[in-house]
Amino acid sequence: MIVNWGHAWPSIVAGFLASLVEFVEALTVVLAVGTVRGWRGALAGSSSALGMLLLLVIVVGPALARIPLHNIQLAVGALLLLFGMRWLRKAVLRSAGVIPLHDEEAAYAKETAALRQGRRNEGGWDGVAIATAFKITMLEGIEVVFIVIAVGAGGVGLLIPASAGALAALIVVVILGVLIHKPLSMIPENTLKFAVGMLLTAFGTFWVGEGIGLQWPGQDWAILGLVAGYLMVAVLSVFGCRARVGTSATVANQ
Amino acid sequence: MHWLKKILAELLGLFVDDISFALAIIAWLGVIWWGLPRLNLPALWNGVVLFAGLATILAESALRKARRSRSRSPGGRPMSPK
Repeated sequence: MIVNWGHAWPSIVAGFLASLVEFVEALTVVLAVGTVRGWRGALAGSSSALGMLLLLVIVVGPALARIPLHNIQLAVGALLLLFGMRWLRKAVLRSAGVIPLHDEEAAYAKETAALRQGRRNEGGWDGVAIATAFKITMLEGIEVVFIVIAVGAGGVGLLIPASAGALAALIVVVILGVLIHKPLSMIPENTLKFAVGMLLTAFGTFWVGEGIGLQWPGQDWAILGLVAGYLMVAVLSVFGCRARVGTSATVANQ
Repeated sequence: MHWLKKILAELLGLFVDDISFALAIIAWLGVIWWGLPRLNLPALWNGVVLFAGLATILAESALRKARRSRSRSPGGRPMSPK
């Protein structure tokens, strides 16, 4: 399969940013598990979930290649729109102060408090640690797998760039996690979600259009136009929402 | 069966957290899929119509949520994370 890297960069960026958000959320819980219950259980739970996710990609990825491209684009585009517009709507509402921002420090504190309550099996495997790390890695990882497959399935040769973006995000988060050893609360999560929501919504619109046989002006470059269009609508929506609730936060302020 | 229900709920939650928002998106895609080929618009306009509908759904849903949140919380404070 030949990858046209000149056309692949939107897939790399979408795969990287979307996966970064998910991995940061997973890291918070895995750090809490490791700190409170020990690293053996945390790493065992996370690595078994990563193994299952890898298996999922190996099984689902090639199977998708056998379905006609237009059908894939329509189905995946529709799912991507539901997923991306949900993120974008939530990011708009958070930027406008309608719903609170996600707080990694608070999530970490809540998770460590909950983990301290369970009993520990000294010496043996810690079931609570393994299950908690497995569950969060699996949940966030399934979202990453969906994003990679959805972004990559819309065109020939896009799965590799989307996977490369996700892998790069995993490496960045693991390195930061090892170095900093704290929840990555300095990462502006809502700004990322805002950007990723826009990218995924633009991709979803593009794939649905391709799936129903629309002719996009400029072909792949229309994705950039869609990103600009959704950015404008999202920013205007933030101002509109803010006017309704009477808050004065900045757009995608964290 | 409880764990299966939980997994299905988690999967559904990836795509839907406001049912009317999700239904509006699906309905608009249905309208586009069925109606656009019958309208015979110039090629450039098809994409514009698809985008315009989705952008309107996004803005309307966010503004509706903000309005509802305002009416429930007169102080204008954020409601819940969802």
